[in-house]
Amino acid sequence: MLKEYYTVREIIGPLMLVENVQGVKYEELVEIELPNGEVRNGKVLEVNQDKALIQLFQGATGLNVRSTKIRFLGKGVEIPLSPDILGRIFNGQGKPIDKGPAILPEVKRDINGSPINPFARDYPEEFIQTGFATIDGLNTLVRGQKLPIFSGSGLPHNQMAAQIARQAKVLSASEKFAVVFAAMGITFGEANYFIEDFKRTGALERTVLFINLADDPAIERIATPRMALTTAEYLAYDLNMHVLVIMTDMTNYCEALREVSAARKEIPGRRGYPGYLYTDLSSIYERAGRIKGRKGSITQIPILTMPEDDKTHPIPDLTGYITEGQIVLSRTLHRKGIYPPVDVLQSLSRLKDKGIGTGKTREDHSDIFNQLFAAYARGLEARELEVILGEAALSEMDRLYYKFADEFEEKYIRQSEYEDRTIEFTLNLGWELLSMLPRMELKRIRPEFLDKYLPKFVKK
Amino acid sequence: MSAGKIIKVTGPLVIAENMDEAKMYDVVEVGGQKLIGEIVEVRGDRASIQVYEETAGLGVGDPVTSTGEPLSVELGPGLIESIYDGIQRPLDKIREKCGDYITRGIRVNSLDPDRLWKFKPEKKQGDEVQEGDILGSVDETVLVKHKIMVPGGISGRLKEIKAGEMTINDIVAIIADKEGKEHPLTMKQRWPVRKPRNYKNKISPTIPLITGQRVIDAFFPVAKGGTACVPGPFGSGKTVIQHQLAKWADAEIIVYVGCGERGNEMTDVLMEFPHLKDPRSGEPLMKRTVLIANTSNMPVAAREASVYTGVTIGEYFRDMGYSVAIMADSTSRWAEAMREMSGRLEEMPGEEGYPAYLGRRIAEFYERAGRVICMGRDNREGALSIIGAVSPPGGDLSDPVVQSTLRVVKVFWSLEDKLAYKRHFPAINWLTSYTLYGNTFDDYYKQEIGDQWKNMIQFSMKILQQEAELEEIVRLVGLDALSPENRMVMETARSIREDFLHQNAFHPVDTFTSFQKQFRIMDLIIFFHEQSEKALKSSVSIVSISRMPVREKISQSKFIPESEMKKIENIKNEILKGFEELEKERVHA
Repeated sequence: MLKEYYTVREIIGPLMLVENVQGVKYEELVEIELPNGEVRNGKVLEVNQDKALIQLFQGATGLNVRSTKIRFLGKGVEIPLSPDILGRIFNGQGKPIDKGPAILPEVKRDINGSPINPFARDYPEEFIQTGFATIDGLNTLVRGQKLPIFSGSGLPHNQMAAQIARQAKVLSASEKFAVVFAAMGITFGEANYFIEDFKRTGALERTVLFINLADDPAIERIATPRMALTTAEYLAYDLNMHVLVIMTDMTNYCEALREVSAARKEIPGRRGYPGYLYTDLSSIYERAGRIKGRKGSITQIPILTMPEDDKTHPIPDLTGYITEGQIVLSRTLHRKGIYPPVDVLQSLSRLKDKGIGTGKTREDHSDIFNQLFAAYARGLEARELEVILGEAALSEMDRLYYKFADEFEEKYIRQSEYEDRTIEFTLNLGWELLSMLPRMELKRIRPEFLDKYLPKFVKK
Repeated sequence: MSAGKIIKVTGPLVIAENMDEAKMYDVVEVGGQKLIGEIVEVRGDRASIQVYEETAGLGVGDPVTSTGEPLSVELGPGLIESIYDGIQRPLDKIREKCGDYITRGIRVNSLDPDRLWKFKPEKKQGDEVQEGDILGSVDETVLVKHKIMVPGGISGRLKEIKAGEMTINDIVAIIADKEGKEHPLTMKQRWPVRKPRNYKNKISPTIPLITGQRVIDAFFPVAKGGTACVPGPFGSGKTVIQHQLAKWADAEIIVYVGCGERGNEMTDVLMEFPHLKDPRSGEPLMKRTVLIANTSNMPVAAREASVYTGVTIGEYFRDMGYSVAIMADSTSRWAEAMREMSGRLEEMPGEEGYPAYLGRRIAEFYERAGRVICMGRDNREGALSIIGAVSPPGGDLSDPVVQSTLRVVKVFWSLEDKLAYKRHFPAINWLTSYTLYGNTFDDYYKQEIGDQWKNMIQFSMKILQQEAELEEIVRLVGLDALSPENRMVMETARSIREDFLHQNAFHPVDTFTSFQKQFRIMDLIIFFHEQSEKALKSSVSIVSISRMPVREKISQSKFIPESEMKKIENIKNEILKGFEELEKERVHA
C-alpha cells in the first residue's frame, strides 16, 4: 500500500509543494486525488529535505490544500505500448480519445528515454520521398534526420505537415513505414483537420496521434512530445518500422516550459525562456536517428511558428542549432498564392549530400540541385535589380534569369495539396526548367550529365 | 570516509549534508547507483554537487561518498583513436557493456588495462631523472610515438627500467629519490582536469598552423600554440570548419571535443576519419585523433567537464614535445552548462543569466594554449593550439560568450549567414575577421615562399576592400557608371572571392590546399590583374578582358592536384598569350 499524504502546502500555477514527505525521488510520478475522487498526475521537480515540489500535468483547477491526497508512485512517467497503438488517437497524456478500447500493454516505457550513445549511432543516409519538389529535390530528407519547418502564423504549415504524413515513403517499398503525430496546443479546427484528413486518405492506419488542444492544460504539453517519441522508439526499434515523427507546434511547447520555469522563479534566459531551453529541446530532437544493427529509424519534422517571423527568436534559433537544417516558409511566396511557400534560399538540409546520388535518387541530383539553386539566386538578384533600376537596365542574360525565377516559382515550388511528385518527376522538372538557359550557363552540371539528359528536355 | 546524505535534488544539482570532510572539486559518488559528481560549493557541512549523470530517481537520504580526489583523467598509451564522453569514459566500451543507450552508474576503464604495449626504454639503470624526462616510448599508432614521461613530483636515480610488452598497469621503472624512497612507475598517470599541466616556460609562437584552408592560411592564420575562435549563427558552417581543421591542420595530435552538439555529427567524424588519409603521411587521420563526444542530450554537467578533459589530454601530448590542436565545438554549450549550474546554485547572475565568472573561466581555458618549453632536461618544445567555436543566439556578436572570448583569443574568423545563403563556403567574412599574429610569421613566410607573399596578401586585401566600397556605388548607379579600372578591381575581387576564398570541403582535391599551391593560385590571380591593368592602359576594352577564356583556367586551378602543381605555373603563359591576342585584335580593329 502506498503512503498517502494530505500535506499539500502551496499551489502556485502549475506547481504544488507537499510537506512532511519521506523517500521521495527526483522525477518520480505522482498521483493526485481530488476531493471529488478525480485522479490527476504530476512529477517531482525538486526534493528538498522533507518537501517535494510537484509539477502538475493537468492544471490546478479544483485542487485545494486541505483535502487533496498525494501518492508517490516510485517510478517515472510511463506509457503503455503494444502494436495495437497504430491507428489510434490519444490526448496529450496518452489516454485514448477515439472511443476505442484501452491499450493492453506489451511493454511500459519511461517517456524520458535515455541518450543514444554517439558510438551506437548509424549515419543517416537513406532518402525519404515526401512528394514535395522543394524538399526532395532541394532539401532532401533522409532517415534519421531531424528537419524542422520554420513557419509563421497564418502560413500553411499544417497542410504541409498533413501532406508529408500522407505521402512520405521510402523507395524500397518492402519496408514498414509509420507516422507518429504529436500536436501541442493547436486548435480543435486544426486537430480535426489532421484527424479527418488521415481518416479520409487511409493514412490513419499507419499513424499514431497525440493531440493536446489549445484549451487543454498547457502543462500537459511538456509530456506530449516525449510520449510521441517513446512510441516512435517502440515502433522503430522493437517493431522495425521507419517512423516519421511530426510535432506541431514546438512554440507552444516552449511556452509551457517557460510557464513552469517562471512559476519556479528561475533566473530567465533570453525573452524569459529558461536557460536550459537548449538542453531541454535537445532531449527531444536528439531522439531522432538510426542505431547500428537495428532496422528501424526515427525521422523528425518539428514544426514551429516563429514569433513575428523572426528567425533569431530563441525558439527557432536554438532549434536550428540542434536540428540538421531547416525548411523556412516565406510570407512573400504565400502572398503570391504559391503553395508550398518554401523559401528555397534560406532552407537547408545538412544531411542531403549523404542521401542523394547514384543508388539513392539519381546520379545527376547533386548537380541539378546546385544549378537550380544558383540560377534561382541569380534570378532573384535580377528581380531585385529590376525593382530599383527598371527592366531596361537588365542585360539580356539577367532577363532570362528573371524569367527563370518566375517559372521556377510557378512550376517547381508550386504544387497542389494532393500532388505527390516522384523523385524522377522532380529531377526531370529541374532539367525542364534549366533547359530555358543556354548550355554554357549550366556550369555546375558535369558535361557528361548535360550530354545525357539535356537533349531530352530542350524544346525544339 | 563517512557518508553524507542527500537533502535536496534539483536537476543535475544535488545538495548533501554531513560532508564536512569534503574538499572543493572532489569527486563524489552519489546515491545507490554511485553516480559520479563533483563538489562545486561547500557551506558548513553542506556540499553542493554537480552530478555528471541523469539524476532521476535520487531522493533525500540517499548516501554520498567522497573519493577525496579531484576530477582527473587517465593519461597513457591507448588515448589515440579513442572516443570518450565528457568525463573520459570510452563510449565504445559503454556500448559493449550496456547497449545502445547511455545508462547510469556505469564504470569503465578509460584506458584498456589488458592491452599490451611494447615499451622501448630510452634511459638506463642508474640515470638521474626528473619530472618530464622521457623514460622510453611506445609506438601507439603508426603516426604517434607515445612518450612515457616521469610524472610530476618525482625525481631521483633510476633503480630499474624494463623493456618489452607490458600493460599500462605493469611497472616499467622504479625511481629511488634522495631519501632512498622507491617510486614504482607505470605507463599511466593521472592528472586533475581543472589544473593546467606543468611546463618550464612559455615562448612566443612564430610558426603558423597550416590548415589547408585558403582563407585561413593566407588571410587569417593562427599560430601553432595560438588561439582562435569561430563565432557564427547556425547554418553558417562552424562545424564544417572545425571538421576541416581537425582533418587537415598540420598538428601532430588532434583532440576534437564535441561539446553539447549533434549526435549525428560525431557519428560523421567517427565514420569518416578512419577512411580519410593525412595528406602528409598518407595514414588514416584517426591515427592521430582523440575524440570527446558529449552530445547535447547527454548530461549537462559532463558537458561542462568535457572541454577540460579535452584540454588536459592535449597538454599531455604537448608535454611529449608534440604540436597539438584542440577543436572545441561549441564553447557556447559549455558556457550554457555553466549558466545552468550557476542558476541552480542560486548565484547572482551577470549578463544574460551567465555567471559573473564566465569571462574568467573562458580566459583560463584559452590561456592553457601556448608554445612551451616542456618539463624535462632535454628542453623540448611543444605547442597547444585551441580553436573554439561559439554559437551566439541569433548570430548576435554582442553575446557575452563571444565578447569574453574575443577578449582573449588572437584570431577571429567571423562567419556570416549571408555568405552561407549565397553558398560561399567557408562563410568567413574577409572584412570583419582578423588575426593578431600579423608580423610573427614573417620569417616563416620568407623561408617558405619569399618576401612577396606578404605584399600579395596586402594587395588582395586592398582589392577586396575597394570592392566593398565600389559595390555601394554600383547599387546606386549601376555597373556601367564605373571606370574601366574600377570595373577591373570588381572583376579581380570576384576572382579572389570565387577562385581563392571559396573552397569546397566536399571536393576531393579542393578540400585541402598546401601553402605552396595557395601561393601559386594567388600569384595567378594577381598576375592576371596586373596584365589587365596594362592592357586597359593601351585601351583594350574591359568587356573583352572579362570574356577571356583563360579566366576559366584560373578558376579551375584550385582543382589541380598537388602533384601536378606545375600546371598552375603554366597557366601564366596562357594568360600572356591571351593578352597578346587581345592586343592583336585591338590593333587589327
